[in-house]
Amino acid sequence: MFRIIKKESVAMHVEEMVIHAPHIAGSAQAGNFIILRIHDTGERIPLTIADSDCDAGTITILFQKAGKTTEELASLKEGDSIRDIAGPLGHPTPLKRCGRAVLVGGGIGSATLFPILKALKKKRNRVTVILGARTSDLLVWEHKFGEIADKMWLVTDDGTSGKKGFVTDALNEVVENEKVDIVIAVGPIRMMQAVAELTRFHDIPAIVSLNPIMVEGTGMCGACRVSVGGKTKFACVDGPEFDAHEVDFEEIARRLAFYKREEMESLHKYRTSCKGRCRGK
Amino acid sequence: MRARNAEKRKKDFKEVALGLTEKEAVREAKRCLQCKKPMCVTGCPVEIDIPAFISAIREKDFKRGIEVIRRYNMLPAVCGRVCPQENQCQGKCVLGKKNAPVAIGALERFAADFEAKKGVPKKPEKPKLNRRSVAVIGSGPAGLTAAAVLAKTGYKVTVFEALHEAGGVLTYGIPEFRLPRKIIEREIDFVTSLGVEIKLNWVVGKIQTIDDLLKEGYDAVFIGVGAGSPRFMEIPGENLNNVYFASEYLTRVNLMKAGSFPKYDTPVKRGKRVAVVGAGNVAMDAARTAVRLGAEKVYIVYRRTSAEMPARLEEVEHAKEEGVEILFLSSPKEIIGDKHGHVSAVRCDAMRMCEPDESGRRRPECSGNEFILEVDQVIMAIGQTANPLLTRSVKKLRLWGAGYIEVDEEGATNIPGIFAGGDIATGAATVISAMGAGKRAARAIDSYIKNKK
Repeated sequence: MFRIIKKESVAMHVEEMVIHAPHIAGSAQAGNFIILRIHDTGERIPLTIADSDCDAGTITILFQKAGKTTEELASLKEGDSIRDIAGPLGHPTPLKRCGRAVLVGGGIGSATLFPILKALKKKRNRVTVILGARTSDLLVWEHKFGEIADKMWLVTDDGTSGKKGFVTDALNEVVENEKVDIVIAVGPIRMMQAVAELTRFHDIPAIVSLNPIMVEGTGMCGACRVSVGGKTKFACVDGPEFDAHEVDFEEIARRLAFYKREEMESLHKYRTSCKGRCRGK
Repeated sequence: MRARNAEKRKKDFKEVALGLTEKEAVREAKRCLQCKKPMCVTGCPVEIDIPAFISAIREKDFKRGIEVIRRYNMLPAVCGRVCPQENQCQGKCVLGKKNAPVAIGALERFAADFEAKKGVPKKPEKPKLNRRSVAVIGSGPAGLTAAAVLAKTGYKVTVFEALHEAGGVLTYGIPEFRLPRKIIEREIDFVTSLGVEIKLNWVVGKIQTIDDLLKEGYDAVFIGVGAGSPRFMEIPGENLNNVYFASEYLTRVNLMKAGSFPKYDTPVKRGKRVAVVGAGNVAMDAARTAVRLGAEKVYIVYRRTSAEMPARLEEVEHAKEEGVEILFLSSPKEIIGDKHGHVSAVRCDAMRMCEPDESGRRRPECSGNEFILEVDQVIMAIGQTANPLLTRSVKKLRLWGAGYIEVDEEGATNIPGIFAGGDIATGAATVISAMGAGKRAARAIDSYIKNKK
């Protein structure tokens, strides 16, 4: 069992959770994720390790209430426990001194980018961060990023915070005005796809972090397979980060939507039932 | 062995094979010739004293029967159910030359089930601890066996399991209708009753490396992580929606209980017309699971003929009884999708078997004809290969082939103190051969640690 030390709402539908998991905190690196299962009848879902504190023995996750499991997770309180957490999983982000990096985050994608930003700064890179969301209430951790990033752009579709428009508008402005050595983008599939196209046009290396459906997370089941450069890769062990210019975004979008009906059914059943309050009674 | 009615059993996940009654078991045991040089034992990867346990059953001393087995085999209730006995002990039985061989597997299962039913006190004597410790990675058949043997010898053993449940392939891979969960739980309880600690959700290779484990004070490490990486055919359409690798399909149903969705949160797609590619035990398991999830038609698509099918005879028979149709000499060349990217058909080459080559092996070749099988779900069950997650994290570990660990006969790797066995060393094989490897490695670890002192 893994105890929840702290829980806080950090944006609309977005929760931050600090969990006691010393063995994971001690070995987590930027780019790693965990797979958790709330209870015995739960599903296994992957979530990025957004931060970790080796001394306190804790990891931090950020998640958006988007389905049954994340809604149920959000209903847990400080002091409650999560049944299973496996991790750290996935390849760490390959980080080195590369010069100027731009991180582009959409919505909950910030969770993945934060440890990458910290690690890039440790390697003395110059890092510009572009965070985007539909509206200002959906921006996640913009202040935490602002404290570390060399340059910070906020972008919202409706202009309620920062610049009005899309993250790619901001990215375009950045790459036209300065030399950029690498772009790392994490967010909704279409956003990452747009970043891939823009960076391809400007001939800038780009990395995206993919979030396909996973079951076990150690390369055994193949649920998370994605096509990269025409080859099948498993996001859990070969990724989750891949060369943005090689990813088949249409395929991953299609595979992500495969269980839509079951996801709706499960969420509906949860909302109309006791919302987990009667568990164990 | 008697089995439940096919029409009834198709609708649930309860065990199909019913096992022997006491009367049947004794009668079967009496058929055994008690050979002076028992061939059956030579066919058993863990060398159970088969005549001895059968003789106990003949004398209705079932307690002694299971005691004999337990001396050699840590998981008798499992092996009695999943071993390919026709290629092992029963395949060597001299009675088999003219008539049916003694049903050794069924007798083994009978003895194990007797123990479970009668609740024979099986509390093993707590071994004297020798203050040495061994780390076992993976809680499948190889790992559990190595752990049990080492614990009995007096070692403090910790088993590290990446998933949230122990048992490895027994838990995520083999369906309940063939191996009920409570049997696996019982066998695992037996192993933990020996003092073995099992750490779940513990991904060695990520949390710490094997080097770390040795530095932490473990005297030796046994790697039994299995061959858990699905093999693909590399044909067009493999990533279409509703194409599953058998390991995902079975993990969803066996480990995550997707058959009970939405009571359990993990879903699985229920295909109406399902093609399962491959003809091993995993293929049979997937096909029969699809039947139970309500498929109207399930095909096994296999490029060779019935003579080459690697599955256990009993599973093939059970699958056929449940309405699974086997298409021999059929090799998928493309999975066709509809406009939404969902499976709609499989294009197959019709094959024919060549004349035996120099090695005497017949290979299938394209006959030049092809056909289209209309299905809405495809399950790939053409085998597994080495999973690199752990082996990648061990520097200088010598590998062979597709990433399997190179070991000597006793399971020693090229690095002192690191041992391996089961599918990660041999490539995908059977539960019992993994157990045999676990047992041999445990003995080798014992002598390695004793010599090190």
